[in-house]
Amino acid sequence: MADLAIDRPANPPRARVFDGLFQGATWFFAVFILLLLAAVLASLVVGALPALRKFGWGFVVSSSWNPVTEQFGALPAIAGTLITSSIAMLIGIPVAFGIALFITELCPPWLKRPIGTLVELLAAIPSIIYGIWGLFVFAPMFQQTVEPVLNDVFGDVPIVGALLSGPPLGIGMLSAGLILAIMVLPFITSVTRDVFETVPSVLKESAYGIGATTWEVVWNIVLPTTRVGVIGGVMLGLGRALGETMAVTFVIGNSHDLQASLLAPGTTISAALANEFSEAVTEIYRSALFGLGFILFIITFLVLAAAKYMLIRLQRQAGT
Amino acid sequence: MSPYARRRATNAVVLTLSFGATALGLLWLALILWTLLWNGISAISLNLFTLSTPAPANVGGLKNAIYGSAIMTAVATLVGSPIGILAGTFLAEYGRHSPLAPVVRFINDILLSAPSIIVGLFIYDLMVLPMGGFSAWAGAIALAILVIPVVVRTTEDMLNLVPNSLREAAAALGTPKWKVIVMVTYRAAIQGMLTGIMLAVARIAGETAPLLFTALNNQFWSTDMNAPMANLPVVIFQFALSPYKDWQSLAWGGALLITVTILALNITARLVASWKGFAK
Repeated sequence: MADLAIDRPANPPRARVFDGLFQGATWFFAVFILLLLAAVLASLVVGALPALRKFGWGFVVSSSWNPVTEQFGALPAIAGTLITSSIAMLIGIPVAFGIALFITELCPPWLKRPIGTLVELLAAIPSIIYGIWGLFVFAPMFQQTVEPVLNDVFGDVPIVGALLSGPPLGIGMLSAGLILAIMVLPFITSVTRDVFETVPSVLKESAYGIGATTWEVVWNIVLPTTRVGVIGGVMLGLGRALGETMAVTFVIGNSHDLQASLLAPGTTISAALANEFSEAVTEIYRSALFGLGFILFIITFLVLAAAKYMLIRLQRQAGT
Repeated sequence: MSPYARRRATNAVVLTLSFGATALGLLWLALILWTLLWNGISAISLNLFTLSTPAPANVGGLKNAIYGSAIMTAVATLVGSPIGILAGTFLAEYGRHSPLAPVVRFINDILLSAPSIIVGLFIYDLMVLPMGGFSAWAGAIALAILVIPVVVRTTEDMLNLVPNSLREAAAALGTPKWKVIVMVTYRAAIQGMLTGIMLAVARIAGETAPLLFTALNNQFWSTDMNAPMANLPVVIFQFALSPYKDWQSLAWGGALLITVTILALNITARLVASWKGFAK
């Protein structure tokens, strides 16, 4: 609503006071949100300072994490976070894209909403449920069926073999990445579906009119038109994957050793925090964990900001 | 193969893959719900609701954890929703053209997707350290911080759907602006705003990470908000990772309970939102 100039001296003074109070309150809490983010950042920085001072850049590049000798290097956790999220994206993006394509182009209209809702319910399931399910159902299944096959097929292949072979434990980087893929699916799907729907039907109909197949319409018309929005949705999913805690904590194995194999246990920033924070008794240990939190905050902030920026750009583009 | 046949074939392959992806997505949902039911239903009994968490190999339930989750979720919603509604009101009503609004919207969207474990760290720093220990208050406030961005977002979206003619009609009668908002705009948007709050409750009811080092856990029945308090997610976390079969079974029971509650909330929220619809 454009501001209605409500400026009537005839109004009883009490109403004007209320008006001022109410407007002040809404303004205050809007600013409060900005302050909240600033305060979170400040508390992370202050908490991380002792560790960052002591280890300097070594905190980010060192891979030794030993609470007993008070050596803390965040590299394994950072690497684990990035690797599991990459696996999640590698698998989640094509599947989410497929679902969005199905819902927008193939599905009969009466099925659109139910399928969309069901996929979104995947996002409603709390991450602890994914964790317990991953540990007791997915990991044993994965250990018995998929991992031996990976070992047999890729064990002798040069580079890929090192990545995809190793003792089949069920838990590890690959399992965590796969669970994350399921978890980011609804986020990417719903954004992709929404931006697909924004493509003007005139564009699509013109393409169909000159004989393009459904796939050609999607690949040559829909995707180029919505590219920015799709990337925004992907980044949004990536932001979720990077910070996901409980599901990963259950299935990653929590090891601060850097190993080449994706089947080996590892850790992520959030899993390390969830596992170790309440046991961290020394000042420097706790500070190192705050340092991990600070790094996670920076990474997710950048990814989410990029996502938001792209989605805003698409909105402007659609608006003009 | 003629170019036309090749194009047709590519199309068929891609569309089959797309159908397969949808089936895969729904299959995961079914698989997760099925295993939850399968493992959880045997743990559901009267004891689950009337006894507190047991020592290993003892009979017990989740009474203390259910209570803790309920009370912390309630406090978080009561604290977070008004803040979110007021901030959302600013974005949709007073500040629609102010330069502050896009910034707030941007930051709010970041908070919406920010890792919840970071909020746990923040509250640890803000409340647990100064107050000298873990407490249910700290847990509730951590959850409240997660409620705010969800409510801000839905409130703004829903207020934006209210037609301007309604506001103008009320203003033309000489109604002060705060009254226009509270008595007219809120009323028109109430369904959507309720939906937002329910979605926020559904979001925090299963949150574990921010409670790990704020509310912690408590093996015993406790209603003291200044002391650590049991809550379903953290109990599930600890019991599931324990070596005891009966604890694991309780964890499955808790998991089923939480999921059913959250899915029910989600579905109800959607029904409320689409119920008769708004006057558009």
